[in-house]
Amino acid sequence: MYAVEVKDLVKRYGTFQAVKGISFHVKEGEVYGLIGPNGAGKTTTLRILATLLEVTSGTIQIQGIDLRAKPEEVRRVISYLPEDAGAYKHLRGREYLKFIAQFFAEGDEAEALVARGMEIANLGERIDDKVDTYSKGMARRLLVARALMIKPKLAILDELTSGLDVLNAQEIRKTVKSFAAQGTTMLLSSHNMLEVELLCDRIALINDGMIVAEGTPAELKQRYDAQNIEEVFVKVVRK
Amino acid sequence: MSSLSKIIRKEVKELLTPATLIPIIIIAVLFGSLGGVFGGVEEQLEEPPMIAVINQDGGSLSLVAMAVFNATSDIVYNGTDVQEALNVLDEKGGVSLFVIPANFTSNIENDTQGTIEIFWIMKGAGIMDSVPGAAADANLMYVDQAISATLINHNMSDNASLILDPTQYYETTLFKGKEMTGISPITISSVMSSQSFVMPLIVMMVIIYAGSIVISSMGSEKENKTLETLLTMPVSRTSIVFGKLIGAALVGLLMAVIYMFGMSYYFDSLMGSSSIDLAEFGLTLSIVDYILVGMSLFASLVFALALCMILGIFTKNYKAAQTMTMPVTFLAMIPMFVTMFTDVDTLPMVAKVLVLAIPFSHPMIAMRSLMFDDYSLVLGGIAYTAAVALLAMFVAVTLFKKDILLTGKVSNSDKKSKIPLVALLQTISRKRKK
Repeated sequence: MYAVEVKDLVKRYGTFQAVKGISFHVKEGEVYGLIGPNGAGKTTTLRILATLLEVTSGTIQIQGIDLRAKPEEVRRVISYLPEDAGAYKHLRGREYLKFIAQFFAEGDEAEALVARGMEIANLGERIDDKVDTYSKGMARRLLVARALMIKPKLAILDELTSGLDVLNAQEIRKTVKSFAAQGTTMLLSSHNMLEVELLCDRIALINDGMIVAEGTPAELKQRYDAQNIEEVFVKVVRK
Repeated sequence: MSSLSKIIRKEVKELLTPATLIPIIIIAVLFGSLGGVFGGVEEQLEEPPMIAVINQDGGSLSLVAMAVFNATSDIVYNGTDVQEALNVLDEKGGVSLFVIPANFTSNIENDTQGTIEIFWIMKGAGIMDSVPGAAADANLMYVDQAISATLINHNMSDNASLILDPTQYYETTLFKGKEMTGISPITISSVMSSQSFVMPLIVMMVIIYAGSIVISSMGSEKENKTLETLLTMPVSRTSIVFGKLIGAALVGLLMAVIYMFGMSYYFDSLMGSSSIDLAEFGLTLSIVDYILVGMSLFASLVFALALCMILGIFTKNYKAAQTMTMPVTFLAMIPMFVTMFTDVDTLPMVAKVLVLAIPFSHPMIAMRSLMFDDYSLVLGGIAYTAAVALLAMFVAVTLFKKDILLTGKVSNSDKKSKIPLVALLQTISRKRKK
């Protein structure tokens, strides 16, 4: 069983087709990246997998659960981190983690989730400060902690480190790597080719709503005779 | 163009949007309409009041009174039967019946005030509704003046206080099946005026404030993408919608209580404490009545919040959310202005139906209706408001499961209407056809 299995996924907004029949699968514990230019359909695909948008046609299985038939069950096994997401500004960091934890567990179990979240966020004493006083990097660390503290079967991460400085981005990538090593399947999108190359076991290049290339970073570089994934990207998109 | 003028142009363009202009225009139109109503009142005051008269006396002073009534009023009945007179008044829309008893002239001649018995036909409990009655009331002053002049001219009395005040009135007000003895419609309206102003104001303010909480919360959640996070949690859409609605409703009710205390105190101080206790005339509210008012307010609040939730679904961010409160504001302002000045029952049928179709009207008129035991209007209002509130909640939950919640718009194709709700209906109908 794959962690994610997508077949002939189509997403249409009226006559505009944002996703044009893509198919891919992600193995359990794998880090799978979707890369592509703006408007290629990456975020739409991730939002569909996160049960936020309706499917026009096609099938999606997440951990063997039919997403169209049982979206509530899918929500129990996934965690979604939107691009540029924020947290409730009137809450403190710890309160935000508690608010989220209570949807997944109760009592000591919820406390354990919060403790894990605080460890991932690594905000020190600032965890008890209001979220609206956090820098962008601190807020993103809190949100990554929120997404991973529940140890989801599948983490869907949209533009994981967008807008972050090198140090914050590196720290977050390390966290994601370590959770992937513990068995959480990761499906992410990114514009940062270096990040994709460093993090992903396999990559799908998506352009104009279609997957135009797929493989491990090494396979893709070899196939397109490129030095790095950025070169692969440019060659594929300009083709 | 100087830098200053460039900045001024930018600011004006930014601030002068439909969202800022339309409310002002609508308020201006509403006040303009009120001006029209007040103009109508002046006309009503100029017109002679329609009255009925029964003169059981036949003495010289009763004839003086009759002469004044003839000169100042439109007498639609001049006979002997009280019930018949009341029926004619009811049929023709008259305002009062004056009964001059048999001993009227002899009493005054014997140094006792003459009594005029008055039956007021109250049309509505609004401030404007007492205007025709006020004209008839003013004519009684002319009757007094004419009798005083007759007493002086014919040396009929040397009792100065009697000459100054030769008559007394025995008033009975008839309204919605109630017979209230010893009080006039003007007194009832003026004593009830603080309540007439306070309740609509509170309802409007609570609805607008609580509504804006919901819409702003939706705008803020969308802007911060916290809504996306919430929607991917193992929690049902219904729980999210109800959680938001109940939270805002509780805040709204708390606000209503605070406003009610503040406003009541303000109006009581402004208008002075009245020496008339309406409870003596059977015009009082029981605990059950207050519970019904609360239920009406709650149902109306839930409808407002569900409507705001639906509007919030179409908003994209916090700033856009601010403009979305406009429709709710208008819907709350229309019944507020109407119920402040008039009784819905006295409106023409079409206007009455339109006002009652706005769920916010019902809590605004509930107190007044209950005071006159009009339970059918209040209970019907609660049932209607609860029904539309449930419908609005159903629509909100349904929309929460649709793409529109995140995209803020229906599909950008097929030449759809620019009005989001219409476009949504188009999509639904297209799907059904398929």
